[in-house]
Amino acid sequence: MGAGGGSLPRPSRSAHPTAPPAHPTTRRLPAGGRIDRSQPLRFTFNGRSMSGFVGDTLASALLANGVDTVAQSFKHGRRRGIVGSGTEEPNAIVDLGDGAHRIPNQRATQVELHAGLVATSGARRRLKRFAGAFAGVMPAGFYYKFFMGPPWLWRRWEALLRRAAGLGAVPTGADPDTYDKLNHHCDVLVVGGGPAGIAAALAAARVDARVALVDEQNEFGGSLLGAPQAIGDAPATQWVDAAIAELSACPNAVLLPRATAFGYYDHNFVTVLERRTDHLGATSPCAPRQRLHRIRAKQVALATGAVERPATFANNDLPGVMLASAVAAYLNRYAVAAGTRLLLFTGNDNAYRTALDWRRAGRCVVAVADTRASPAGALVAQAEAAGIEIHKAHAVIEAIGRKRVAGALIAPLSEDGQRLAAKPRRLDCDLIACSDGWSPAIHLSSQAGARPRWNEEGMMFLPGAPRQPTVCAGAVNGAMSLAACLADGAAAGARAAHAAGFGDARPRFAAPPVEEAEEDAARPLFIAPHVQPSSRAPKQFVDFQLDVTAADIELAAREGYRSVEHAKRYTALGFGTDQGKLGNVNGVAILARALGQGIAETGVTVFRPAYTPVTFGAIAGRDAGELFDAERHTPMHAWHMARGAAWENVGRWKRPWHYPQADETMHEAVVRECRSARQDIAMLDASTLGKIDVQGADAATFLDRIYAGSFQRLGVGRCRYGLMLREDGTIFDDGVAARLADTRFLLHTTTGNAEAVLAWLELWRQTEWPDLDVYFTSVTDHWATAALAGPKARDVLRRVCDDIDLSREAFPFMSVRSGHVAGRPARVFRISFSGELCFEVNVAAHDGMDVWNALMAAGEPFGITPYGTETMHVLRAEKGFIIVGQDTDGSMTPDDMGLGWAVRHGKPFGFIGDRSLALADHRRADRLHFVGLATTDAAAVLPEGAQIVAASTRRAAKPTTPRAMQGHVTSSYFSPTLGRSIALAMLTRGRERLGETICCPLADGREVSAQVVRPIFFDAEGRRTHA
Amino acid sequence: MLEIHCPYCGEPRSEEEFSYAGEAHIRRPQDPAKLDDRAWGDYLHFRSNPRGAHRELWFHAAGCRRYLNVLRDTASYHISQTHRVGESPEDV
Repeated sequence: MGAGGGSLPRPSRSAHPTAPPAHPTTRRLPAGGRIDRSQPLRFTFNGRSMSGFVGDTLASALLANGVDTVAQSFKHGRRRGIVGSGTEEPNAIVDLGDGAHRIPNQRATQVELHAGLVATSGARRRLKRFAGAFAGVMPAGFYYKFFMGPPWLWRRWEALLRRAAGLGAVPTGADPDTYDKLNHHCDVLVVGGGPAGIAAALAAARVDARVALVDEQNEFGGSLLGAPQAIGDAPATQWVDAAIAELSACPNAVLLPRATAFGYYDHNFVTVLERRTDHLGATSPCAPRQRLHRIRAKQVALATGAVERPATFANNDLPGVMLASAVAAYLNRYAVAAGTRLLLFTGNDNAYRTALDWRRAGRCVVAVADTRASPAGALVAQAEAAGIEIHKAHAVIEAIGRKRVAGALIAPLSEDGQRLAAKPRRLDCDLIACSDGWSPAIHLSSQAGARPRWNEEGMMFLPGAPRQPTVCAGAVNGAMSLAACLADGAAAGARAAHAAGFGDARPRFAAPPVEEAEEDAARPLFIAPHVQPSSRAPKQFVDFQLDVTAADIELAAREGYRSVEHAKRYTALGFGTDQGKLGNVNGVAILARALGQGIAETGVTVFRPAYTPVTFGAIAGRDAGELFDAERHTPMHAWHMARGAAWENVGRWKRPWHYPQADETMHEAVVRECRSARQDIAMLDASTLGKIDVQGADAATFLDRIYAGSFQRLGVGRCRYGLMLREDGTIFDDGVAARLADTRFLLHTTTGNAEAVLAWLELWRQTEWPDLDVYFTSVTDHWATAALAGPKARDVLRRVCDDIDLSREAFPFMSVRSGHVAGRPARVFRISFSGELCFEVNVAAHDGMDVWNALMAAGEPFGITPYGTETMHVLRAEKGFIIVGQDTDGSMTPDDMGLGWAVRHGKPFGFIGDRSLALADHRRADRLHFVGLATTDAAAVLPEGAQIVAASTRRAAKPTTPRAMQGHVTSSYFSPTLGRSIALAMLTRGRERLGETICCPLADGREVSAQVVRPIFFDAEGRRTHA
Repeated sequence: MLEIHCPYCGEPRSEEEFSYAGEAHIRRPQDPAKLDDRAWGDYLHFRSNPRGAHRELWFHAAGCRRYLNVLRDTASYHISQTHRVGESPEDV
């Protein structure tokens, strides 16, 4: 097994995708094409070494190497060959590369060949192997029907299905490549670089509009690259070269080849995936591999072209059945003949070009089966003159062959095309090129909200009335001839530029003359009749990628799926990675016929992004790895790192959780840190606490309205605990606010809520009270904060601070002083979240590290210990201090939390949430109250979130289930200070139930009983805090 | 992704810079204490939620940090005008 084999299951011998090529060289024409024969390339497909040229796609190289079967179908495991030549390809889905470099589910028709390329067939027979006997008879809705049954059975199936599902194999390691995102603004974005798109870009660029032209192929030109047409006196590609040269020289034009516009969003926002290095190898030799362009355009010109629609007939998935345009493209662009004996099946004149090109290349055209009784166009006449046999009013009804087309059954059609007029007969051929018409690529237009409309004359869905500033040009608009595309493109480009403010809407260039063959009316069949009904005939495939047949769609109609959206979901029509680019319209036509209605009233499904698959790498861009979610570090972060801190994520902040020493467990570390704080001295990095500087003549008035408490008469240098309520009376945030001057306050917010609080303050000031003179500045990152907590805090601080009187009388609890700590300007708060004597030292962020070190050194003789958030939580829980968002959940009022003392009714203006506290529901007696829980077993620590129920009264009786929930545990720890487990909880009527025993049934079946107590376990009088 | 013209910055900016702040022009009652529970509940919880033109408040959070009024069609997402807080919208 070669390099591409890896650990994948070996395909079975009977259907090996790479039968040895019979005549390896005969399929490549001796001359012609846009390939560089001086640069041969080696590549491998399914482990077999092959050769191609620079300029080949993987698909053209596979065809040149005689590969017929490129994959096996998803559901039925049938052999599948290459059908198309571009983005529409449903079958030739391959995995590229190997290991971490593997890129699954790539369309071989869009993979540019490069040296050393390793490709493997994507779809495998895995599902078939699983489904075994069912595989042959999996009807529409198979899953819905088959997997009905007891739920336990489904779990078995799920395991099997998950193993079988999916097309490609995922990479085995992290993506080694890098990706970028770019933002653009332009006046006119042109999507599609075919004749219409180039004309539109020229027309817009010549009137100085900023233009971006994006095209998914490696070179501009679109359909012109695969058709030997002339513009003016020269081959069309010369006109393309001149136009692209002119645009390249334009300072106001951006050209993006190898770039697919895959999403069209609101307000003309288009996302484009540019493949910069995929054509150079599996891994990018120069970063980045792909770029995601995010383009905001004043006007979008869609010149996305059209995809040929195949005919539906029996066994139409046999390798060797191809789109007529694809046969021509391989012949003209890549100099590859996809077979030897061609049978053309068409209902329009355009496809005759394929037969004529084929004949010109010296190959045999067996015949043309034309659905029309008397086609009279110029190309038909040319074919007749060339001696090509034309079977009029005929259809190909079945392809014959085992590994590849060996012949076809053709039969005359009845007048309405619904039945056969006579018995079929067999023609020998090895290639069936078919064309039932064209489907404009309306995907982006549909994404942008335009409802597609059915055009009865052209028998195609066209873009609907745009709901955004969009113009459509060329084949997507139904303009199918080259001359029409050029004229339509130029007009659309000028129109779009004018709408964006440039030019006068008249194109500044005239498209050169193009000789057009006069074409007769087309007659699409959508599905060719068979001697048997669809349900009995060999399978007639509509969606190749997901194995949806005409019989499936008819069955869905019989079972009542009348809406096209429902039928799509029931049959999986168009669900593949190709979004049904080939099959959708045929599917809609078959559904319409089965329902006895027209195509227009049946409609078509809505297209959604992405037009073609997009790599996760491009979507993520640089927002991966450590940049996925940026971390915030405090100024003392490096110290915590060096000290071996375990981390807790709080919002984006990294906070030390605890500082384990040697082989300490977390519990041991927390016990040590708690003891240090309660007995000696400990220090916490509190820099993450949100800080908002509030200034202005009306600062106090404003805070009085925002906080439930009163701040108007707070003295300068004093602090007060404040509660912010939402307008509905529930607690939004809490924290200490300090009055620094008559007109200046500093607000502390919870760490995770700082941004929301700032936005909240701005909301009220800007929208409700713009007359108040007050403004806000976030200063969270400007300050580094060290909280010195413990009985010896004053002794430690005194050693590094000599210009603040730290005595109890001069610097009481809940006040703030300015001075110097360790020689740096500092603001010291005497506030406490630990219940200990505490000084929170604030210095400029850039002084934080030095001051922290100085405080550690000063505390050394006292046994200072750094403590983390876990110890902080234990200390505050011992004191019953709430954490908003942990002990509250957005439905608690101050009264519920026992914080009624922090609410001041009767202020002149009231405050936000004031009125709601009087709502009947907020005054219910049976509300949840904030209480403490003391477990009966002092060692049993309740899990946070545990539910509380009434304790069983009869000890022996088995408790009944379910029992009514009476509350839940919000915080729970083992308290080293008390030597027992403590918990905080919300409990119905809790404050009336002190002393009662309640019960917490746990997930593991245990029941833990606990006594309801006041939510304060330590130093209820606050002596230590005020020391 | 929407493009919103910020009346303070004077430029169209991408939706990513903004956050939605609910229906605009919900006036806070002058004297909440005088309202009964039902009337206060109407102010707290009930919004118009139309299909079509909708007056909205947006916050230019990653920009000038100002609140602005936006007249947006909830069906088509078309924004017909934006204006500063305190300015009166032209008639819809």
